[in-house]
Amino acid sequence: MAQLEQAQLNRRRLQRQVREAPILFLLFACASLSVVTTIGIVMILLSEAIPFFRSVSIFHFLSGTEWAPLFSVKVYGVLPLLGATILVATIALAIAFPVGLLAATYLSEYAPNHVRSVIKPTLEILAGIPTVVYGFFAIAFISPIIIKPIFQTDSIFNAATAALAMGVMLIPMIVSLSDDAMRSVPSNLREGAYALGASRFQVSVRVVIPAALSGIVASGLLALSRAVGETMIVTIAAGGIPNLSINPLEAMQTMTAFIMEVATGDTPRGTVGYESIFAVGMLLFVFTLTINLVAQGLLSKFREVYE
Amino acid sequence: MSLAPSHLASERSNSRRISKITANSFLVAAMGCTAFGVLAVGVLLYTVASDGFGALSWSFLNSFPSRFAENAGIKSALLGTLWVMVMTAAFAVPVGVGAAIYLEEFARRNLFTKLIEINISNLAGVPSVVYGLLGLALFVYWARMGPSIIAGALTLSLLILPIIIVASREGLRSVPPSIREAAMALGATRWQAVRFQVFPAALPTILTGVILALARAIGETAPLIAIGAFTSVFFSPTSPTDPFTVIPIQVYSWITRPLPGFQQNAAAGMIILLIVLLSMSSVAVILRHIYSRNRNW
Repeated sequence: MAQLEQAQLNRRRLQRQVREAPILFLLFACASLSVVTTIGIVMILLSEAIPFFRSVSIFHFLSGTEWAPLFSVKVYGVLPLLGATILVATIALAIAFPVGLLAATYLSEYAPNHVRSVIKPTLEILAGIPTVVYGFFAIAFISPIIIKPIFQTDSIFNAATAALAMGVMLIPMIVSLSDDAMRSVPSNLREGAYALGASRFQVSVRVVIPAALSGIVASGLLALSRAVGETMIVTIAAGGIPNLSINPLEAMQTMTAFIMEVATGDTPRGTVGYESIFAVGMLLFVFTLTINLVAQGLLSKFREVYE
Repeated sequence: MSLAPSHLASERSNSRRISKITANSFLVAAMGCTAFGVLAVGVLLYTVASDGFGALSWSFLNSFPSRFAENAGIKSALLGTLWVMVMTAAFAVPVGVGAAIYLEEFARRNLFTKLIEINISNLAGVPSVVYGLLGLALFVYWARMGPSIIAGALTLSLLILPIIIVASREGLRSVPPSIREAAMALGATRWQAVRFQVFPAALPTILTGVILALARAIGETAPLIAIGAFTSVFFSPTSPTDPFTVIPIQVYSWITRPLPGFQQNAAAGMIILLIVLLSMSSVAVILRHIYSRNRNW
């Protein structure tokens, strides 16, 4: 009797599982969409960049020092855009990384709970502000009140202004990721150091930061990739003139700002000018993907050690 | 220690004093950096508020753009943002939550699952303007949608999908396995356990993640400019195939005009945008708070 019931139950359960197969398939399809998206991005970038490289040699593109795609005599050397991108991102990171790391150390190792519970949400607000607002902040405050009086620049649009605004934008990201990394360092490491007579400073600098180092470096790399791909701040504040220079007080155009310039103009589809934004997009994609992969490798190594 | 020669002791106290100075200056620097972060929020919000407050009015909310700054308003951008937000949610939330349920509850630990996971974390790092290029070629031209609301919403959906998946997975993971096991011990299939037990329990966390992802979407400018969204729209959009603008794009277009009146309009538009975003994230924070208080495991 009981066995019969059990068999019946099993059969019913099997029936239900068969009926649920389409649901399972649908869920699987949802998850696979992310892979399709990646393939889509790569295919689209390639399908427009390949015709571009038929008209412009890839060697010229990567080594040319002049970028003038919208003039009558068109020149496509990406170095001015790439140089501006790297310069702005480097300055932004040089500001944001030390500030973010120190703030994270304070929040993770020193701050009492009530201070932490106020500052964390405040920084989260900063992280949630749209980048177009940072762009406005750059030209309404940073340039006229900080950059112009200190460096005596002529124009309010320059790479330094964009870099400073971007630095402010990156701080919360670095704080949050480094804070996570430091807080996941097991407390017995700290307690061991304190038991040996170490001060809070020694514990922070000689125990916690080294132990969290791969997570901290990953936070810097993710911020770098974010800076390279950032668009609105540089479009609004950096000046928008392709310019191969290492002087941040000059106007410049980054890769992302160039894509915006073409998108807001009316470059018809099928022209080399239209295709050029996909070639630049491809370079941007490869650049950020490489940084992200390195960062993720570091993070997974970090997790293996402690989690 | 008391037996140590006196010169050694004084040397030690000397080096201790120096290390104390280092330690204190480190603490001061660390606090200063934290204060800098908080101060930056304050200065930024103050700059936007003081520039834009004067331009805020009912007619600003209820007017279309204009070439005269004092007549210009944000109506079409506000409606555009609403349209885009609702449609993005309609696309991205079911797919994102579905993907999370699959990965967290059903997926076998095999190579393909691993591939999907690595892929999702990489997609989260792709610059938003690249999503714009994808939307431009795929939705606007290939699918012939033009620079319409639906093309914008699909582009933003792909952009926020990784965020929704990651947040939903975290929500599902926080439901203890005992709940699944209890449901299945009572004869439920795995799907029934998820559908009737795990998913409702994870819902507040998932909702929090969804709200934050949508907040991200409505602050995005670059991908929508890339797909060719208009900078100024002089009518209210009435269907998903209409051309559109959104608040960030309208704000950007005002920023690029040199006349001071437009700068004020831009700041006023940002105040509206920030109010919308802040209320969304407060709802998310409150949800998270209520959930963590009522949770009984």
